[in-house]
Amino acid sequence: MKLKGWKDVNPGAVCTEAGSALQFKTGSWRAAYRPRWIEENCIQCLFCWAYCPDMAVNVKDGKMTGFNYDYCKGCGICALECPGKKGNKAIVMEEEGK
Amino acid sequence: MARKSGRIAAVTGNEAVAEALRQVNPDVSSAYPITPATDIMQRFTSFVSNGKVKTEMILVESEHSAMSGCIGASAAGGRVMTATSSQGLALMWEELFIASGNRLPIVMSLVNRALSAPLNIHGDHSDGMGARDCGWIQLWSENAQEAYDNTIQAFRIAEHMDIRLPVMVCMDGFIISHSIERIEYMEDDAVSKFVGEYKQLNPLLDLGHPVSYGPLILPDYYMEYRKAHDDVMSKVPGIVLNTANDFEKISGRKYGLFEAYRLDDAEIGLVILNSAAGTSKDVIDSFREKGIKAGLLKPRLFRPFPYEEIGNALKNLKAVCVLDRADAFGGSYGPLFIDIASSLYPYKDKPLLVNKIYGLGGRDYMPSHAELVLNELVEVAKTGKVKMIKEYIAVRE
Repeated sequence: MKLKGWKDVNPGAVCTEAGSALQFKTGSWRAAYRPRWIEENCIQCLFCWAYCPDMAVNVKDGKMTGFNYDYCKGCGICALECPGKKGNKAIVMEEEGK
Repeated sequence: MARKSGRIAAVTGNEAVAEALRQVNPDVSSAYPITPATDIMQRFTSFVSNGKVKTEMILVESEHSAMSGCIGASAAGGRVMTATSSQGLALMWEELFIASGNRLPIVMSLVNRALSAPLNIHGDHSDGMGARDCGWIQLWSENAQEAYDNTIQAFRIAEHMDIRLPVMVCMDGFIISHSIERIEYMEDDAVSKFVGEYKQLNPLLDLGHPVSYGPLILPDYYMEYRKAHDDVMSKVPGIVLNTANDFEKISGRKYGLFEAYRLDDAEIGLVILNSAAGTSKDVIDSFREKGIKAGLLKPRLFRPFPYEEIGNALKNLKAVCVLDRADAFGGSYGPLFIDIASSLYPYKDKPLLVNKIYGLGGRDYMPSHAELVLNELVEVAKTGKVKMIKEYIAVRE
């Protein structure tokens, strides 16, 4: 996204466009860990989608389909809340770069 | 346009400002009482209670909340005003920056009073000077008439679509706020026509166009917003002058960025704000009668400071004394002196400058003080020598 110059910014930094947070990619830097989805352990409870403080969980037709890392800061809440299947987590946190 | 002669009244500065606010009839006011500004809002709330204005009056528990209320109401899309003094302004400190940074055209009457400690309720400019760099426009007023006129003009300046910034209108606590003077009021319809219908910009209450105020602006954009604010400040003097021209047409009273009193051919001069300028002008007259070419400059638009215009008005004098009713405890000079010195900096030939700190905490400023200073300037102009740049006057050793 091209950054605007001072002549083009809105007076008083007022946001006049709804949903403009979409343009702000919070995942441009992340804590040391990122979530990994293990589909076979997923029961589609969507707790991860509900608990994610941003919008890092992709959902299509009512089902979790993976992560959008543009909006993931690696907080780990999804992995913590994930009930998994029979004691096996569907979301695990893995070290960045692995 | 032929002007109607106004109502003549004998009123205090506070009463005059309250009357201006009644005539402007703002949408919302949020205020907390503090001496010596209390009287303005006390009178205004009785206008609200008696149905003389349509204003929604919000009574809050502190000045921090008073300014917060003004910010919310202004962002919502209303014409908003309040009044305060001294510690009240100090308690608004962080909100002052939020009002200006959000570009909200709030008008605030500041009845200048000394800051604690030691506790003092009297007239002094330390409150307004403390807020000089908070991004607000500041208009300073010599007497009740100027406070009334500046208050009305402040709404037009603040709300101008090229500006959208809050304005503080200053007058001296007690000396003006509580003294009765002759004043000429304008007709109600002339005032409401002059300020005009309030024009909204990105109002929160326009539900068809939802907006958000106060987003987090990180290093990638913060400087662009500050540069935009600085650029708006540079447009303020032009709008202030246009507003003054329109105001003169309906009131017959002329205003500029500053008042130059007998300054054109002056060799020595005083620079002084607010009520003490009145006392000084009488003394200037008596020096003129003695054949001494003395003059005076009284800033009106103090923020943004019209450096170029003021520098140009003073550059040909031989000696100038800047009188400050506040000190800047930076081990340097008074706040007005610092700006005057900056405005003269670009010129190779410029007057010798001295700085006197006077009238703190309501200490009387007497004609004899102006005489002492002017006599010193005569000596400085003659010898080309300054003995002491900064000095407190009328202080006991």
